[in-house]
Amino acid sequence: MGEFWHRFARNRQALFGLGILGCVILLAAIAPLVYPADPFSLAGQSMSPPGENGFLLGSDSLGRDVAAGIAHGAKTSLMIGLVATLVAVLIGVIMGALAGYYGGWIDDLLMRTTEMFQTIPSFVFAILLVAIMKPSIESVVIAIAVVSWPAVARLVRGEFLSLRNREFVQACHTVGMSDIRIMLGEILPNCLSPIIVIGSLMVATAILIESGLAFLGLGDPNVMSWGFQIGAGRTLLRSAWWVCTFPGIAILLTVLAINLVGEGLNDALNPRLRERAG
Amino acid sequence: MSHTTRRLRYVVKRLLQAVPIIFAILVMNFFLLQLAEGDAVDVLAGEAGSATPEYMAELRAKFGLDQPLPVQLARYLWNVVQFDLGYSFRHEMPVSELIFDRMVPTLLLMISTITLAVGFGILLGLIAATGLNTWRDTAISIFALITYATPLFWVGLMLIVVFSLNLGWFPTSGMENLTAFYEGWDRVWDIARHLVLPTITLSLFYLALYTRLMRASMLEQYGQDYVTTARAKGVTERRIVFVHVLRNALLPVVTMAGVQVGALIGGSVIVESVFAWPGLGMLAFEALFARDLNLLLGIFLLSALLVVAVNLVVDIIYSTLDPRIEVA
Repeated sequence: MGEFWHRFARNRQALFGLGILGCVILLAAIAPLVYPADPFSLAGQSMSPPGENGFLLGSDSLGRDVAAGIAHGAKTSLMIGLVATLVAVLIGVIMGALAGYYGGWIDDLLMRTTEMFQTIPSFVFAILLVAIMKPSIESVVIAIAVVSWPAVARLVRGEFLSLRNREFVQACHTVGMSDIRIMLGEILPNCLSPIIVIGSLMVATAILIESGLAFLGLGDPNVMSWGFQIGAGRTLLRSAWWVCTFPGIAILLTVLAINLVGEGLNDALNPRLRERAG
Repeated sequence: MSHTTRRLRYVVKRLLQAVPIIFAILVMNFFLLQLAEGDAVDVLAGEAGSATPEYMAELRAKFGLDQPLPVQLARYLWNVVQFDLGYSFRHEMPVSELIFDRMVPTLLLMISTITLAVGFGILLGLIAATGLNTWRDTAISIFALITYATPLFWVGLMLIVVFSLNLGWFPTSGMENLTAFYEGWDRVWDIARHLVLPTITLSLFYLALYTRLMRASMLEQYGQDYVTTARAKGVTERRIVFVHVLRNALLPVVTMAGVQVGALIGGSVIVESVFAWPGLGMLAFEALFARDLNLLLGIFLLSALLVVAVNLVVDIIYSTLDPRIEVA
């Protein structure tokens, strides 16, 4: 762990990303304390420019506080990004592990399925899924997970393929370990680092997809999110640029931070990969 | 076996491989349609205001909606083969007609986007790779990093604020100024002006992607033996870059351009709804608002098929460009 942190901390970009990400997490945590009111509620004079009428980042046409929306939206984005990624990683690991471990027709069937899901235009598919299931936190999470798992499945399959004939696995077979135990207890721990790296990068993509869905009006109508703020503010572009601008910067910084952390993890966990990638 | 027959066999093989994928997409589409609440008859009854249960049952029988699922699936597949994608009750038009009407603007947007993104991506990647670890390389890397993290719709809105509302250089939305009744070159110029901002917005992400890819691809080629040989022969560095390395480095970039078409379609939904560009993406956005799932499914199906087709074409082109690719 100490060595890992040492390698991670050597990367200034990754530290910078970790710093921003820490701020966003802090913002999400303190949002209910700083802005205890419902972010959808009227908070004062509508269309106030930033810094006026007590609005740090201005207010929109309904008098909603943009800053309060960003603070509450931070929680939405992080949570959806994280949960959707966990679900996607879970599906991907199961599919990839079964395909890589057993090979043969199971591999064929699962990989053809994966290929089909990779062929489908993912954002359009996500739109369709949310539209069919009705917009809610759950449906957004499911839609993002359904379009994100194929990359994990391919990665895990590759790892399992290369590990399944190693000596330590053969030794496990010899002592009569069950397949499930070998897969979960022996092979999986050996491919955790690439899974962590791909997972961290997927959180960033998930947040981008979520914001896109919310922008199109497919977010949970009862939950404040950055994409929703931008979607609601786009008709005010001419008169109130701040309503769209600040939530967008929040998305940009958060996604950038997660990408930097993900690349930092990659360098720290797979030092050899970095050398190969030049 | 001659080279041509081998190539032909490869093409046929790739075509056959695409069949199960297309079939699976169709079947999935059918079940998604089943999952959606209410069927066409519910919509019709809703539009009509009042309908007796008997009348609705009669309608269901007429559309075959009372048949068992496998029969309905077969009927659906047969319809799709005949380009019948169902009926949009909101637009009062067959879905396929609606889609074909909106195809041209989307293709226009996509072609200009791919051209811009691939063109500049290759250029920037080349600059970054030839000036490795200089300020140019760093600047291009930072640009790519930021572009990766920016939501497309936000970029679009910000471009509108700066270039349309403040500077007034480009129009905010639409594909052409319909009230001006431009003709001939005036009309082309008008559409081109409308095309600028959507194209820039949609290409940014792919620009970053191709830049990174081109840089990595160039660096990989630099390490190859033939470059060392060329250097040993005394070939100038400029010639090595432009004649030897560049050519070989282009291949993966071309393939990527094909693979990314699916993502490009998703991006065009966002960009078209930001700029009110009257293409398929805008149609999908309208369908969302009107809860016109039939239409949405039609657009989804078509875009999935488009991706399959493009991948097929790219594979075939790739195998022609690089004869080392396994065709047997």
